[in-house]
Amino acid sequence: MGVVTFTMDDVQYSANEGDTILKVARDNGVHIPTLCFLEGLSPVGACRLCLVEIEGSPKLFPACTTKPAEGMIVRTQTERLKKYRKMIVELLASEGNHQCAVCVVNGHCELQDLAYEVGLDHVRFPYLYPAKTLDASHKEFVIDRNRCVLCTRCVRVCHEVEGAHVWDIANRGINCEIIADMNTPWGESDLCTSCGKCVRVCPVGALLEKGATVGELKKERGFVKVIVTARSKHEWITVEDHEEE
Amino acid sequence: MKPRVATVWLGGCSGCHMSFLDLDERLIELADKMELVYSPIADIKEFPHNVDVTLVEGAITNSENEEYAHIIRKRSKFIVAFGDCATTGNVTAMRNRFTPDEILKRSYIELAEKNPQIPNDYTTLAQLLKKARPLHEVIKVDAWLHGCPPTADQIWFAMTSLLEGKIPVLPPAYLRYG
Repeated sequence: MGVVTFTMDDVQYSANEGDTILKVARDNGVHIPTLCFLEGLSPVGACRLCLVEIEGSPKLFPACTTKPAEGMIVRTQTERLKKYRKMIVELLASEGNHQCAVCVVNGHCELQDLAYEVGLDHVRFPYLYPAKTLDASHKEFVIDRNRCVLCTRCVRVCHEVEGAHVWDIANRGINCEIIADMNTPWGESDLCTSCGKCVRVCPVGALLEKGATVGELKKERGFVKVIVTARSKHEWITVEDHEEE
Repeated sequence: MKPRVATVWLGGCSGCHMSFLDLDERLIELADKMELVYSPIADIKEFPHNVDVTLVEGAITNSENEEYAHIIRKRSKFIVAFGDCATTGNVTAMRNRFTPDEILKRSYIELAEKNPQIPNDYTTLAQLLKKARPLHEVIKVDAWLHGCPPTADQIWFAMTSLLEGKIPVLPPAYLRYG
């Protein structure tokens, strides 16, 4: 495998042929903000947060899909990039319905983290308050499209890792939304295996497990209907009680 | 002369003001450094002139809030959006996907246990605006204090800078939504 040498933020790096700028940055502790990128899924360069400057080109390039070339000079933290990254977070905030105070992932949210990183003290664009829907038809999970940032991690993990391809994007522009099974209620999906991968990869509170919201917690007062056998510390074998009710 | 400070409660839950009271003994120190000229915790009827610093809690959600915001802007040198509702609309803006008529019908007819009727005496009641808005979409805002509510420490940091005549530049640790 060939090696290319390039410069990033005035430091020289060697990259294996095929590596992206983002991979080299991460391997070497150079922080570039990302949102749609998730290691293990194919990069799509959709969120534009990882945009970098490459000397000699007026265009900006997403670090997650751009491969370094020999002698390339890359900059990851210029004032122009910082300005655009802040604008991107502002647009994400204004195009959804994000109320951190009442969100299931408040304090554990990648959009919140990005807002802090770019120093988002207020949003300069008018909030659009789009009319988004919520689908709670699945027995275990919920999709709340109000909080969706359209990163498509759920679409990709379901297609590429689980191999089920439940999720797609419908419509265009501000009307874009994540749909299940060609726009049927999630709970009626023939393809969904209920594996929960989409919930785990969601960077925000758009995909969540039922029972996670305030007021949902119910105390189970009945007898325990499973037998739990300790195997070793914190590792359990659960045997369901199949006795007829 | 001590700086003249006002705090205003618009379309919010008063949680930000509760958090202000969480300054506890620091309130005594603050009282020595400033003159509180208007606040929901002080019985003053009209928003005064020549205010140095005004903290505004809540979104702009009804006609009275809107009218007040413009009065506050005219009479204050420095305005701080106080908390998430003033900054982003937050919980107050969750009603924005419905029309005011739908909201009033839901609250006063469908969920009414007794005497269902929509209030209609707008000589005394404020009318809901079509959408609840963050403060800076209605008037010019000079600084933002986030959080639902902002913590007492954030408020203390902002107030001490403001009373020294400085625009509070919040350290990253104090940038915190929700």
